[in-house]
Amino acid sequence: MAERYSSFERSTLAWFLQRVTAGFLVVVLAFHFFLLHFLNHPSEITFVGSSARMDQWGYLVTMVLFLATATFHGVNGVYNALVNQGLDGTQKQVVKWVLVVAGLALVVQGVRVALAFTGV
Amino acid sequence: MSQSYDRGLIEDFGRWREFTAGMWAWIFHKFTGWVLIGYLFTHIAVLSTATGGASLYTNTLQGLEALLVVRILEVGLLAVAVFHILNGVRLLFVDLGIGLESQDKSFYVSLVLTGAIVVASVPTFLQGAF
Repeated sequence: MAERYSSFERSTLAWFLQRVTAGFLVVVLAFHFFLLHFLNHPSEITFVGSSARMDQWGYLVTMVLFLATATFHGVNGVYNALVNQGLDGTQKQVVKWVLVVAGLALVVQGVRVALAFTGV
Repeated sequence: MSQSYDRGLIEDFGRWREFTAGMWAWIFHKFTGWVLIGYLFTHIAVLSTATGGASLYTNTLQGLEALLVVRILEVGLLAVAVFHILNGVRLLFVDLGIGLESQDKSFYVSLVLTGAIVVASVPTFLQGAF
């Protein structure tokens, strides 16, 4: 059987979620780029246009899920990269909690922005 | 049954001349990942102008898009995102045990496809920038 080269610890929830979010993000990131760079051009973006998209519940929920999964995937990826570099002990704990707080703050702010478009 | 592979601390970039395709794929995936998470924080910061009113948001976004350097950076962002997506799909398949023997070839395919998609997208991204 082939050797496994992944740097992740297997059989952990974070390892599993990193892959589940990856599968989701492959689709939604491609959709996001296509919608906002090819179907709609960034130079033509207006608050009214963004609000019209965010007023659709399916789009709003997709974007909030996009933000949450991208934040987890990115922050967990940064944490794993730093652990690969040899981060350990107290530094590892400090970095972990800084990333958790930064990630949560990003999601909260992103949801505030999304709701600003809906007028809630 | 899978075996664990103790590669040690391979992040010794001083021996980059010895790196194989798989190692370059790993480095590019990490690099593009760092860029994307950095961009995500910046993206939300810019979009946060929406909380300050409709005109602030519209003027900020359209003002940024009027800058050629922003358009060029967006092409770079596309390159980073497309490679991360394609190499990510490659990694998911490898994690499922599919295509491990040809993982070097699939890395080259990811690179070529990224280049082709980015070059084909340049006219759209720079439309109206000049």
